Amino acid sequence: MLNTNDILETIHMIQDENLDIRTITMGISLLDCSDSDIDKACDKIYDKICRYAGNLVKTGEDIEAEYGIPIINKRISVTPVAMVAAACPDKNPVKFAHALDRAAKQVGVNFLGGYSALVQKGFGPGDYALIESIPQALAETERVCSSVNIGSTKAGINMDAVAKMGHIVRECAEMTADNNCFGAAKLVIFCNAPEDNPFMAGAFHGVGEPDCVVNVGVSGPGVVRAALAKAPDANITEVADIVKRTAFKITRMGQLVAQEASRRLCVPFGIVDLSLAPTPAVGDSVAHILEEMGLESCGAHGTTACLALLNDAVKKGGVMASSHVGGLSGAFIPVSEDAGMIDAARCGALSLTKLEAMTAVCSVGLDMIAVPGDTPAEIISAILADEAAIGMVNSKTTAIRLIPAIGKKPGEDMEFGGLFGSSPIMDVNRYSPAKFISRGGRIPAPLQSLKN
Amino acid sequence: MRAVITVIGKDMVGILAGVSNICVEYKVNIIEVTQSIMQDMFAMIMMVDITEANAPFAQLSEALHNFGEQNALSVHIMHEDIFNSMHRI
Repeated sequence: MLNTNDILETIHMIQDENLDIRTITMGISLLDCSDSDIDKACDKIYDKICRYAGNLVKTGEDIEAEYGIPIINKRISVTPVAMVAAACPDKNPVKFAHALDRAAKQVGVNFLGGYSALVQKGFGPGDYALIESIPQALAETERVCSSVNIGSTKAGINMDAVAKMGHIVRECAEMTADNNCFGAAKLVIFCNAPEDNPFMAGAFHGVGEPDCVVNVGVSGPGVVRAALAKAPDANITEVADIVKRTAFKITRMGQLVAQEASRRLCVPFGIVDLSLAPTPAVGDSVAHILEEMGLESCGAHGTTACLALLNDAVKKGGVMASSHVGGLSGAFIPVSEDAGMIDAARCGALSLTKLEAMTAVCSVGLDMIAVPGDTPAEIISAILADEAAIGMVNSKTTAIRLIPAIGKKPGEDMEFGGLFGSSPIMDVNRYSPAKFISRGGRIPAPLQSLKN
Repeated sequence: MRAVITVIGKDMVGILAGVSNICVEYKVNIIEVTQSIMQDMFAMIMMVDITEANAPFAQLSEALHNFGEQNALSVHIMHEDIFNSMHRI
C-alpha cells in the first residue's frame, strides 16, 4: 500500500499549501477558418471553437472532482488571429474578437488567448490592422486576450513594432480607464513567444502546433515555500535540492491531469508548463519563496541570485516528471498577482530596475506592473525594447504586461481584483528615449542566433 | 478503480464506523485501512475499490464530505493515481 506519510503530504499540499493545477488550456488552430468574407470567417471560428471545446469545462470539473486536485482555470488558445484576418484585409478585425468572446462565453472558459500578431521581423498582411484594433477589441470584449511578438533571438527586434506598441499599451489603458485600465492587463508583448504557452494573457496556438492540443500549467509556490520552511538551516545546495524534489512532485500531478484530460477529450497531449504561478492569496507567493531562502524582503540585493536558483531548480525537478515540457516553464514574477511582491513594492524594497534584472533569470518579464498614468508612449516603448533585448540576447522568453494607471500617480494603488490582485504604482525613469524610439528599423539578430 | 479515503481530525467514538457505513451504503469495498493517533489527532487512510459503487464518484465524495462536516473532521476521497504518480517513479 501507499505510504501513509506520502498520502498525508499530498493532502497537506492541496489543503494548506495551495497546490493546484492552474490551467488546462486547449489550443485550437484557426488556419482552416480564414475566408475573404469576414462574417463567414467569424462563423467558422465560433463553430469550430464550440465544437472542439464544448466539453472542456465539464471535463476539467470531472477530473477535479475525481482526483481531488483543484483545477483553477479552463481556457482556450487559438492561432494568432492576424493570420486569419489576412484573408480579409479591408475589414476591421474587431469582428474576430467579438466572435472569439461569444465562443468563450458559450463554452464557459474565463479567458481565450490569441488575438495576436507575430511581427518580430516585420508586418505581414493582417498584422498592422490587427495591432491597431487591439485597444478597441480589448475594451469591447470581456474574455479575449491579446499578445504581440516584437522580437526573437533569430530575428532581432522590430523597432517599428516596439514604437507602435508603446502607443497601443497606452490606448488599451485609456479606453478602459473606468475599469481599472484592465484592457492593458489583457495584452502581453513578447520576445521569443512560446507557441504552446497555456498561461494567459499571452497564450496563443502556434502555427507549428497540431489542429487541437491540450496543454497544462501547474502551480504551487506555496508548496515550495513550505518545503523550504522545514529546512531553515540547509545550505544552498540543499535548498536547490529541496526545490527540485518539490517541483518533481508538483509536475507529476500536472502530467497526470494532462494525460487524463487528453484521454477524455480525445485530443493530443501537448506539454506541461512547469511554472510557479503565484496568486494574491496568502501562501501562494513566489516572493515569499525568495524570502524563505534568506532575504529580508524580495527586491533586496541577492534577489536575482535566489530567483536564478529557484528558476533552474524548478526546471530540473520538473523536466523528469513530464514526458513533454514546454510553454514558459519557470518562476513567474507578476507584481500585482503576488502578495509578497505587492508588499515589497509598497515598502520600497522592490523597484522597477530590480525587477528588470530579475527578468534576466526567470521565465517571463515585467509582468502586471502599474506605471504612472502620464507615462509617455515612448518610455513604454523603451521599456519594451529593454525587456526584448534581455530576451533576445539570453535566448529566453520575455513577456511584458504594463498597465499605465490613467489618472494616477506613483505611490497610489491600482486594484484589479480576483487573481489579478492589486499593485502600487511604480515610477519610471523620466529621461526621454524619444529619439531612439523614433528611429524605427530593426535591431539585428545577435550572434547567438547563428547556431547552424 | 481504486481510491483513497483520508480522515483527519480530533479522535472520537464512531469515526471508522461512520465512514464504513457510507462505504456499505454506496457499495464501496474497503481493501485496507491504516490509522494512527498522534496525541489526540486522528488520521485514518482507507484504500477502497469503487468499481462496483452504485452512485457517481461526485455523490460519494459529497456524502463523505458531509459526514466530515457534521463531525468536525476533514474527510477526502481521491483517485489512487494521484498518489501513485506523485510518489512513485
